[in-house]
Amino acid sequence: MIIVKKLIKRFGLKTILRGLDFSVRPGEFVALLGPNGAGKTTFLRILATLSRPSLGQVQVAGYFLPQQAAQVRARLGVVSHQPLLYPDLTAEENLQFYAQMYGVANQRSRITEVLKMVGLENRRKDLVRTFSRGMQQRLAIGRAVIHDPEVMLFDEPYTGLDQDASEMLDDVLRSVAAEGRTVVMTSHDLARAADLATRFDILSRGVILASITQAELQNSNLLTFYKQALVD
Amino acid sequence: MQPKPIALKILDVVSIFALAISTYLALFFAPTELVMGQVQRVFYFHIGTAWVGMLGFVIAALSGVAYLVTKDMRWDRFEVAAVEVSTMFFFLTIVLGSIWARPAWNTWWTWDPRLTTAAVTELIYIAYFMLRQGIDDPEKRARFGAVYTLLGGVSAPITFMVIRLFRTIHPVIVGAANANQEKMSMTGDMKIAFFFALFAFTVIFIDLIWHRIRLGSLQDQVEQMKLHLSM
Amino acid sequence: MTDKMQNSNPPHPSLFKATFAIVKKDLSAELRSFELVSAMLVFSLLVIIIFNFALELDVKVRQSVTAGVLWTTFAFAGTLGLNRSMSAEKDRGCMDGLLLAPVDRSAIYFGKAISNLAFMLLVEVIVLPIYSVLYNVNLFRWDLIGIILLGSIGYVAVGTLLSAMSVQTRTREVLLPILLFPVAIPVLLAAVKASNGILAGADFAEILTPLNILIVYDVVFIAVAFMVFDFVVEE
Repeated sequence: MIIVKKLIKRFGLKTILRGLDFSVRPGEFVALLGPNGAGKTTFLRILATLSRPSLGQVQVAGYFLPQQAAQVRARLGVVSHQPLLYPDLTAEENLQFYAQMYGVANQRSRITEVLKMVGLENRRKDLVRTFSRGMQQRLAIGRAVIHDPEVMLFDEPYTGLDQDASEMLDDVLRSVAAEGRTVVMTSHDLARAADLATRFDILSRGVILASITQAELQNSNLLTFYKQALVD
Repeated sequence: MQPKPIALKILDVVSIFALAISTYLALFFAPTELVMGQVQRVFYFHIGTAWVGMLGFVIAALSGVAYLVTKDMRWDRFEVAAVEVSTMFFFLTIVLGSIWARPAWNTWWTWDPRLTTAAVTELIYIAYFMLRQGIDDPEKRARFGAVYTLLGGVSAPITFMVIRLFRTIHPVIVGAANANQEKMSMTGDMKIAFFFALFAFTVIFIDLIWHRIRLGSLQDQVEQMKLHLSM
Repeated sequence: MTDKMQNSNPPHPSLFKATFAIVKKDLSAELRSFELVSAMLVFSLLVIIIFNFALELDVKVRQSVTAGVLWTTFAFAGTLGLNRSMSAEKDRGCMDGLLLAPVDRSAIYFGKAISNLAFMLLVEVIVLPIYSVLYNVNLFRWDLIGIILLGSIGYVAVGTLLSAMSVQTRTREVLLPILLFPVAIPVLLAAVKASNGILAGADFAEILTPLNILIVYDVVFIAVAFMVFDFVVEE
């Protein structure tokens, strides 16, 4: 579903991604882990068509970037740490706007369906301005799935959420993934990603350092160590 | 660091001689103008600087377009060089114009179309530098710079047209058309000084642009070396 | 994932529909808060009051400077609106939201430009009668409104493009007027000239030149902005 070969991204003279290889099969949920400044967000922005690769091959949902960006955009849903919502519009109006931007058919029923999925149907007429951070983030996910995308990208979706909101977000993310979508999520927190993802890739200094599956993670004591390290 | 190319060294020397000869022609060789007297001699350099200022302006807009099409950073360096050199020459044009205007029209400044357009162009250039200063990513800086020189390149000629059209409807400025008439009545020796000034400033212009482009690529190399050291 | 979508080609909204969606979104957000229009309006009135005292707008002076005062006011208030409208997209990352949609980039340009124009025209339509009452001149004339429309179109066409650039720089809001005014000089001059002519009761032939310039400027700059907008939003 996603194939990346020898991807290089430079900003001026600084090289952020240095020949990154990466691939995701349909239906996989990949967590991209790594320290701040490793290039996670840059990488995700390239997959999201918001940034152009300097060199290398990028293919999303069968289309090449940046040449076929329009086709990729129609099949892609993106959630970033900013909600990308308009505070002076209601939840419903926000979804309506994005439904129009994606040319969604049967907008009314799709909006209701999505609001139900993210648990905000009783707040549909309220201004997003009045929403808590967690509610905004759930609506942001609703916004990202409005056109029923095949591939979803999450960039640090837990930023700024408290424990309760994070758990609710877990549920929403799980239901998004359960519909058979391919998901790539960046995170700097292994424990948070451990329950959701089927594969874990470590990104550091612009390349993928290691890649382990959910089974390997469970077999190793890595997660225990990691959680212990957090407590200490 | 690569040494200065020989062609550039030769051009440096030619520039200095051209400037010296042009100065001689303007100040001593050309006959004193009957109506204006000695101050008319400023005209040779005034036209010379204005000519290359305009040349730089056109080159900047064209390299902006070339950058947007090719995304080649060399066009960006060319564009910056053209804008910087053109800024300096337009400034000289305005100063020399004022020196001319004082005895001719008894005022330092007239809102004559050419002078005003030169001043507006200077403001466009200042805006251009401020725009570039506010952007860290070199690629984005080049892109925005190119877009802005393109806008300026389209707008400044319209500004010139607009001012001229309105001034012809209401001819308020004294002697706005004088410069033209004097050009027409130049004697043979005046023509020599005039055309040599054009030639001299074109050579100086090319020389300065070349230096500025070279400086730009050296700056990039320094940045690259610094980056290597820090890693 | 629902089955109906799986193999079919997802729809792309047309340029017109996407532009309309953006305009509708901007207008309904503005109708709710009136943040932008009220700021522009109050600012415009303040500028007019300051001009009144700075220029001692008595009956004689007034006739010759009305057009200049009006367009200076519109230009200043315009930058305020242009800045606010584009910052609203940039600050909360909504610009990314627009860029993620499978729509042509010119839909984003036209959508923002049309809403900016709507805000500016709304302010102008309110300022005109107020100015008329304050100074006892009738500015609410169709020929003058036509000129104001043409002038505002050109101003907003360039302003929208430049505001998309200025919000991405470090100096942000400060930069927009500095970038915009020197390239908008032709449209402002022509608009002042034409408005002056109308207010002085000049023949149509005399207004024709500035009118032509306004039209040329509008066409040229809409075309240029349309062509280069991609370069301003892409990364």
